[in-house]
Amino acid sequence: MTDALLLESMEITRVRHETRDTFTFDLDARPRGGFRFAPGQFNMLYAFGLGEVPISISGDPLKPAVLTHTIRAVGPTTRGLEALKKGDGVGVRGPFGTPWPVDEAQGKDVIVVAGGIGLAPLRPAIYSMLSRRQAFGKLCIAYGARTPADILYEKEIERWRGRIDVDLEVTVDRGDPDWRGHTGVVTKLLRRFELTPESTVALLCGPEVMMRFASRELEGLGVPSARIYVSMERNMKCGVGSCGHCQLGPSFVCKDGPVYPLTKAEPLMGIREL
Amino acid sequence: MDIWSLPRSRLGELIALLRARGYDVVGPTPRDGAIVYDSIESDAELPVGLGDEQSPGQYRVVPRDDGAVFGFAAGPGSFKRAFHVPEERLYRVQREGKTLRFVPEPVAPRKVALLGARGCDLSALRVLDRVLEGDRYRDERYAARRSEVLLIAVHCGSPSSTCFCSSMGTGPRAGGPWDLALTELTSGEHRFVVETGSPIGLALVRELGLLTASTLDKIHAAKVPVVAAQRITRRLEADGLGARLAKNLDHPRFAQVAERCLACANCTQVCPTCFCTTIEDFTDLDGAGAERRRRWDSCFNPEFSYIHGGPVRPSTRARYRQWMTHKLSSWHEQFGSSGCVGCGRCITWCPVGIDITEEARAIASAGTSEKAT
Repeated sequence: MTDALLLESMEITRVRHETRDTFTFDLDARPRGGFRFAPGQFNMLYAFGLGEVPISISGDPLKPAVLTHTIRAVGPTTRGLEALKKGDGVGVRGPFGTPWPVDEAQGKDVIVVAGGIGLAPLRPAIYSMLSRRQAFGKLCIAYGARTPADILYEKEIERWRGRIDVDLEVTVDRGDPDWRGHTGVVTKLLRRFELTPESTVALLCGPEVMMRFASRELEGLGVPSARIYVSMERNMKCGVGSCGHCQLGPSFVCKDGPVYPLTKAEPLMGIREL
Repeated sequence: MDIWSLPRSRLGELIALLRARGYDVVGPTPRDGAIVYDSIESDAELPVGLGDEQSPGQYRVVPRDDGAVFGFAAGPGSFKRAFHVPEERLYRVQREGKTLRFVPEPVAPRKVALLGARGCDLSALRVLDRVLEGDRYRDERYAARRSEVLLIAVHCGSPSSTCFCSSMGTGPRAGGPWDLALTELTSGEHRFVVETGSPIGLALVRELGLLTASTLDKIHAAKVPVVAAQRITRRLEADGLGARLAKNLDHPRFAQVAERCLACANCTQVCPTCFCTTIEDFTDLDGAGAERRRRWDSCFNPEFSYIHGGPVRPSTRARYRQWMTHKLSSWHEQFGSSGCVGCGRCITWCPVGIDITEEARAIASAGTSEKAT
């Protein structure tokens, strides 16, 4: 059995600057015969000499030749990754963690609720559902960003919004003079969608407080809590449940999560500093 | 199963035989004013005629007048460090042009014989096995070090005041599997009553040419852990404890204990089941190479739970709660047993003498009284 802690080097083939502090890079997975993952899973990425960070995979699971991550530069390691250019090597290991229940959502309405960079781990699920769009009922996407300048994947969002089989709403906390869209928390958008609540699957990713309020709102609309899923975040060093850093109640987020059914996550989210 | 007798004068032969068979013998030895476990080459390195006095926040090695070799309780070190090492290099990283090459650090194969493992420490190893080997992912480095281990247990006759193994069902009699189990008898001729628990154990007994133990010695030996259990006064009501603690995560007692707790991490370093680690990065001075090293970490360190924006558990209250409820509560759900074996190390080595049994009792019993009112 291979050592789950051992990294492999992958080459950056493309870098895109998404926002002021967020960037996306594609890694070439062809030399290793493609990189297979399920939407919602993450990798540990290593910047030479600086360290590793857990980063969700944000690319298309049906295109295993390209491995895509969207990263917000907030600490030394993510800033080190930000400094890398096309052709540079990155250390990668994974994929780790539990996926979004895309298969369970077949035949049901789906609502995707994303806050900030929380859209990145949800994008593979969106790709996956769009690739077999007819297998799902309504597909609704609610996305909240801090400001219009913080909106991720803007062109793609435009494209999705243009589709007749996708309902997509974007809101920002603070608009600017050119902003004509919604202002306010993403929770307020949820009532706008015409869902069949009792047969809806909800996928939520963003700050914990956002997920708490959004799930409460969805429950209020009649979405069963057993069909609401959230993606949690904790400190991670190993990715395989042996370093202890990502403990959340009786679980390790790296292997029992990051995607949890709300029924498991809700009791834990409410306890401060757990 | 036959039971054998090993004269104290021949204990050295057992160690020599193990070494001749290629085992690194890890046993108790006095060092820096404490009895620790480390590689030993002869019985002269054992803590001959030494015992200990322990109480919350107190540890002293004291002389014994009976010349006992295993006449002490758990010290600050445990067998954990032989397999889950405190610090190690995982791999070197070499820059080759723009790509990175990762060269794993091999784990040297080693046959280890643990000499003098108490019931608490054997249970702790089994707990660690479940965490690091029995899970979906195996810690390959732990598994490699743990692959060839001979267990020579000692049924404990010398518990300290901080021990509570009898509450946790881990001692004083050492539960199997072990290869050999010794009971030390010091009255009259100093000797060990030896039980065999495996073909290797039996082969060792045969090679040493041990005689069977007398009926009287068997009776004396059987009494040793029974008498030890009677001397253990510290208790923890383990039945249903996990569920009771889980219901009391906001108990004010956590804030009270945090006023005394220094968040020094001593408890996690002496605990034989604490397994948390971190990985650190080092870069060569010329910038061409780097390495990644893993070392023990502690949930009491503020950076342990750091995510962008700050630690998830900034308060000592939250960190103590994490440690204690993981050990006694959520461990059951994660790994199917308690994370506590009742060795009492965390009580002895806490600089302010915080007693996990006392805290758990206060927090868990509050839940039941709340319900009653």
